[in-house]
Amino acid sequence: MSAGLVTVSYIGATILFVLALGGLSHQETSRRGNLYGIIGMTIAVLATVLSAAVTSYSILIIAMLIGGTIGFRLAMKVQMTQMPELVAILHSLVGLAAVLVGFANFMDPAAIFVGVEKTIHEIELYLGVLIGAVTFSGSVIAFGKLSAKISGKPLILPARHWLNLALLILAIWLGKLFLDATEHGEGLIPLILMTIIALAFGVHMVMAIGGADMPVVISMLNSYSGWAAAATGFMLSNDLLIVTGALVGSSGAILSYIMCRAMNRSFLAVIAGGFGTGTGTHVTAPGAAGEVIAIDAEEAANLLDAAKNVMIVPGYGMAVAQAQHAVYEITKLLRDKGANVRFGIHPVAGRMPGHMNVLLAEAKVPYDIVFEMDEVNEDFPDTDVSIVVGANDIVNPSAQEDPNSPIAGMPVLEVWKGKSTIVLKRSMASGYAGIDNPLFFKENTRMLFGDAKNSLEAVLRVLAT
Amino acid sequence: MRIGVPKEIHPGERRVATTPEAAEAIQKLGFTVVIESGAGDAANFSDAAYREAGVEIIEEPKILWASSDIVLKVRPPETHPELCVDEVELLREGGCLISFIWPAQNKALMERLAANHATVLAMDSVPRISRAQKLDALSSMANIAGYRAIIEASQHFGRFFTGQITAAGKIPPAKILVIGAGVAGLAAIGTAKGLGAIVRAFDTRPEVKEQIQSMDAEFLELDFEEEGTGVGGYAKVMSKEFIKAEMDLFARQAMEVDIIVTTALIPGKPAPKLITEGMVESMKDGSVIVDLAAEQGGNCALTEPNKVVVKHGVILIGYTDLPSRLPTQSSQLYATNLRHLLTELCPEKNGEINVNMDDEVIRGTTVIKNGTVTWPPPALKISATAPASAAEKQPAPAVEKKSFLPKPVKALLPIVLGGLALFGLGLVAPPSFMAHFTVFVLACFVGYMVIWNVTPSLHTPLMSVTNAISSIIVIGALIQVSAPVLLITALAGIAILITSINITGGFAVTQRMLQMFRK
Repeated sequence: MSAGLVTVSYIGATILFVLALGGLSHQETSRRGNLYGIIGMTIAVLATVLSAAVTSYSILIIAMLIGGTIGFRLAMKVQMTQMPELVAILHSLVGLAAVLVGFANFMDPAAIFVGVEKTIHEIELYLGVLIGAVTFSGSVIAFGKLSAKISGKPLILPARHWLNLALLILAIWLGKLFLDATEHGEGLIPLILMTIIALAFGVHMVMAIGGADMPVVISMLNSYSGWAAAATGFMLSNDLLIVTGALVGSSGAILSYIMCRAMNRSFLAVIAGGFGTGTGTHVTAPGAAGEVIAIDAEEAANLLDAAKNVMIVPGYGMAVAQAQHAVYEITKLLRDKGANVRFGIHPVAGRMPGHMNVLLAEAKVPYDIVFEMDEVNEDFPDTDVSIVVGANDIVNPSAQEDPNSPIAGMPVLEVWKGKSTIVLKRSMASGYAGIDNPLFFKENTRMLFGDAKNSLEAVLRVLAT
Repeated sequence: MRIGVPKEIHPGERRVATTPEAAEAIQKLGFTVVIESGAGDAANFSDAAYREAGVEIIEEPKILWASSDIVLKVRPPETHPELCVDEVELLREGGCLISFIWPAQNKALMERLAANHATVLAMDSVPRISRAQKLDALSSMANIAGYRAIIEASQHFGRFFTGQITAAGKIPPAKILVIGAGVAGLAAIGTAKGLGAIVRAFDTRPEVKEQIQSMDAEFLELDFEEEGTGVGGYAKVMSKEFIKAEMDLFARQAMEVDIIVTTALIPGKPAPKLITEGMVESMKDGSVIVDLAAEQGGNCALTEPNKVVVKHGVILIGYTDLPSRLPTQSSQLYATNLRHLLTELCPEKNGEINVNMDDEVIRGTTVIKNGTVTWPPPALKISATAPASAAEKQPAPAVEKKSFLPKPVKALLPIVLGGLALFGLGLVAPPSFMAHFTVFVLACFVGYMVIWNVTPSLHTPLMSVTNAISSIIVIGALIQVSAPVLLITALAGIAILITSINITGGFAVTQRMLQMFRK
């Protein structure tokens, strides 16, 4: 295939990728969007394989077949509750690929540059490997945390900010050594050392971040994997890689921004470590002292039976308890009885952006009754019963009522403004932010203790009779 | 410990202190429960039902009293009509009695109980704090009284409550005035609204306004500033000027409304006289007044306790036993209140009670402990709305971090820095790089525009699809796989393998997720 044809194919692929992302603006166009993405990728890969640069096919085909099979099986097997883990581990693969491609390019004797072009090319290569390595190790740790292979608690090393700074300075110094290397292959040692440092940095960065900040971390790693691809594109002077990398990079950056805004925290604060580490105090909200009113499944069912407007607020606890199917069955029953059942989703509910939506979709909840926080927050005064399933901080009134609260100013779902609220919870433990939730002590709040799935199934049995 | 429930002996009293359901729960706390034969008959709980719940039936009240460590009753003890002996005498020495006592009105009874070394918990003295709501028998009974007041009124009222347009003409809805919006008043409002009447309500405590309005009733307001909330959320005695303004309002309303329900009570004082004879006279013939304060002297001057009388063409209902007229319901609620109290008394669930005087709720409820009168309890000054209003008065102080830089400089700084960086780049970079850089910056902007349009519910598919797309890095590996150096080929081969996982995995899982989204 001629170079011109390859370039044209790349342009086509670029457009298809943009269309793929554009298709996600609505559920109805989203499947077509994904198809565009698949076509774009196929075109790009085929054009490259058929171009003059590729002459040996055996390794290529074997690798693609094996990889493709593994990927497909992974995708078909994965549980929807495990989506964050899957996305994290896939991110790590992009990072690893960027590192490998960078090293391969470095060793390639065919690439000869001189003067400023050489410097720029080497900076690109260095950056590509750096970002790739951080993405790789960071994603692996994120995967470990999400699949509970590593403790979700933030690991706070003493003087960690200085440690990070030292690592950064070391990486810059190694970069200088790398650029100063004149002879071919001389830069290999600084490059390898830098890769090790970048890997350590990625591990350290994600280890310091706690469980509920995972949505930000996942989005950030998503962004990094894009920048890694873009840097590789610069290195290879390939516009398709640059454009795609930039698309993915900005996508992840926007998601990180949305997640941070939803927690009223700055991006740097999230990256710098867990909640409350800045002030180091455990704050008790005023009015939190008091008695909670516990109810059983039967009373909860009676409340629901009488309700016309029901709002369900799911959180990570729903995913943990795998309660989404029970939630759907109750929704269906109540809707059949003529109640208006809606879902209110907080942007950071769950462990990745949109996590709750996917879980609910898996349980067959129609997407037109699933709403974003801003769409339903004003409707709570008209809500008869709100059900909070395994959520805590995202329904904490102290975010609005207590200016000294660590989560003050974070947008929350105002369930307490409804006529009554049923909170499903395993115990009275505090949420991720480690603060008490005055919601539980409100007069119109009822606590239904126990595993969310079992509780909801018990409610369902009473409702169905 | 053994809990005994005798039959109520007060004439006309139909309630019973425990139900089969509550008795079962009490036994789970480790107690044994015995009941006098026929105690639940008037409330439609048969001996058989109690027996089924594991309760022992005892024929002889004397034996029941003598064998019980704790006695649960509704009414305060009085002389037994058949045995001709006071119930206080029947209570075993040092025994425990839980019932309504009204210690303020029954000084002599208190003394006799104390002389018997009894421990007495008065259900009318449960402190009014939120933790004690579940054992607040006064509220349970008031709720029933409020409901029953409207039912009694409707029975004596000659018209519909709800308005109707019929073929024979238009029927106006009944107008009801409820004075005093405590638990009973609110229950009356709710019941009357349910029957379709137009309901107005008045209360001296301004904080109940919202509760009244939330029930769709009209809150009558005086043009007068005076806070009417006393200790414990009850009403207090108001000033003369206030009362005059209030009476003017009632006089105007009396001419207009069909039914008046009065529930005004001030703790420890005779009921305030709110409806004068003149007001009764001014009401339409066939109107009804239900006086829930009849026992404490009545809110209406003409009420006769325990009787229905007609004066000036107005029917005056002065029943003092409204809860007892709904015996099944009131027994159920009262029994549940008692059960909650026993749960508080027996935290270990071992069938032993612990009258823990450090517990606010138990302290308030206990009026005699081991023969020592402990009534009245030390004052508890918590009004339902006080903390809330105090909180409202403190506006959230705006926390704003001071910055070293003035605002405009801070806003411009990133732009200036970015501009300088671009300038520096333009100075040194070769044109070939700048071409790629242009593409990169434009792509970032396209990404920015496109991603903001993505609906938040598809953020997870967005991440998985961007993840698949970012595997475009495979192209770098594809180009290198044909290199003559073995190491490069190997590196590229691995890169192809893992990016292939990513491509198929990412796209396939996205497709799988998107299939799930349906209407």
